[in-house]
Amino acid sequence: MSKPLISVRGLTKKFGDFTAVDGIDFDVAKGESFGLLGPNGAGKSTTMRILAATSTRTSGTVEILDKDPELFGPLVRAHLGVVPQQDNLDNELTVSENLFIYGRYFGLSKKFIKNKIEELLEFAQLEEKRDVKVEALSGGMKRRLTIARGLVSEPDILLLDEPTTGLDPQARHILWDRLFRLKEQGVTLVLTTHFMDEAEQLCDRLVVMDKGAIMAEGSPAGLIKQYSSKEVLEVRFGSDRNKEVAPQLATMCERMETLPDRLLMYTEDGEALLEKITHAGMHATTSLVRRSSLEDVFLRLTGRTLIE
Amino acid sequence: MRTAVEIAVSRKSSAMYAGRPHVLLERGWLAFRSSTWIPVVTGFLEPVLFLLAFGYGMGTLIGDVTTGTTTMDYTLFIAPGLLANSAMNGAIYDSTWNVFWKLNESKLYKTMLSTPLGPLDIALGEITWALIRGLVYSLGFLTVVTALGLTPSFWAILAIPAASLVAFGFASFGMAITSFFKTYQQMGFINFVLLPMTLFSGSLYPISVYPDWLERIIMALPLWHGIEMVRAFWFGNISSGVLVHIAYFLVMIATGLFVTSRRLRALFLR
Repeated sequence: MSKPLISVRGLTKKFGDFTAVDGIDFDVAKGESFGLLGPNGAGKSTTMRILAATSTRTSGTVEILDKDPELFGPLVRAHLGVVPQQDNLDNELTVSENLFIYGRYFGLSKKFIKNKIEELLEFAQLEEKRDVKVEALSGGMKRRLTIARGLVSEPDILLLDEPTTGLDPQARHILWDRLFRLKEQGVTLVLTTHFMDEAEQLCDRLVVMDKGAIMAEGSPAGLIKQYSSKEVLEVRFGSDRNKEVAPQLATMCERMETLPDRLLMYTEDGEALLEKITHAGMHATTSLVRRSSLEDVFLRLTGRTLIE
Repeated sequence: MRTAVEIAVSRKSSAMYAGRPHVLLERGWLAFRSSTWIPVVTGFLEPVLFLLAFGYGMGTLIGDVTTGTTTMDYTLFIAPGLLANSAMNGAIYDSTWNVFWKLNESKLYKTMLSTPLGPLDIALGEITWALIRGLVYSLGFLTVVTALGLTPSFWAILAIPAASLVAFGFASFGMAITSFFKTYQQMGFINFVLLPMTLFSGSLYPISVYPDWLERIIMALPLWHGIEMVRAFWFGNISSGVLVHIAYFLVMIATGLFVTSRRLRALFLR
């Protein structure tokens, strides 16, 4: 196996008494799409800033293409494309000017950038908007422009912090499609998200983070297989009844999680379980059988839901 | 065609400096092209209005002014002081409010520091941009003054490099101070200092009229050094005192650059 592009060992970041990242280890291989999944405050963004060579660490080692980002900041940043959580486009400039000047920050020649802009505008589906000030763009367009901007320097690694947070479903799907194309082109992606569907769509491999620590690591399918059952039966009996019936239901499945509004029953065959419950004389107000997701993995590992 | 990485390697970039402050000027020009000209015009007009109001208004009441052994027309006396003021205004305009905006609202410097640029690139680039504005203001003022026949001799052209030094000093120091401010209230402090300094630093009358203690305070402030330096070149009265003024501004520039780049690192690369 070739050497990983990113190698992190025992990474810790403290802000005063608060430990934001607590001794994490992971590697990212070339061409891989790697995700940090966890709720807000899990330490994902702090980790991303350290990878982006814009934040120092308290202890541990980080190597990006064999270089310590803390010692070789500008050199490491020359390898990276960064898409921050909040779009920080240059509002005083137009769409194409934003791409142009960002390339200049990397020292790229004007001629190179001019050609690159055409390619990126097409990629971001913003050809029509090239001479529009970025203030006038929709949230989805700004996001696509921010990603396009991160690609001006043809980076080895693209870092995306919560790429679709705050976007409507349609804009998210367009964005996923664009990111998927990058993945197909072999760009190494590192992204943070608290959306399990996003992680499932985009990540080859991911770590589940909570309170600054890594709880589990693997492919989305692998994690689901390891930490959850094939199917989940969600049942509601009404807020008061849920607790009453819970002990009896727990004996009928492999594992059960009691949420404030519903019960999650883990099983290999959801329909069969539902029939069994009905047979036992309990009638759920609503019921839903679905496949296990990363949300269930997170619930299993931490006892909490991803979005609270 | 060289890649971003090859460029970064060839520059031997340090953590503080990538050797590309000029891209800040490119960015400044792109933004300036499409922005409104009103603040530029008003900034330039301010010392011109001062010259008209005080020179031709008050000046007719005052008549001549005597400093040391020379006596001259009042309007002629205030022109170089206002030139120094003009250079300061231009430099301050960009290095305080515009920098404050880019630090705290648009987060432009944060974005730049996620690229291979270093804090010193940003400090040098932005200060140079502010210095250019100061230079443009003072050139404009010199043109007006020359048209009014107030330029004593061809040597007054030397007042322009002197005014550039004033602009550079204020741009550098202004950005350094601004990098510590987080709120608009704190920014108000800058105006609170600038207005009295502008009025009392001797552009409108010789500071020898002050009691000794006040004269000493004024002589410690940068604008007085700026005015005296510009005035010395303006009238061709070059003495060793000019070296003190030049040294004052060189220290101001160096301190400002040092503090600004350290602050940028502390704010965005910690």
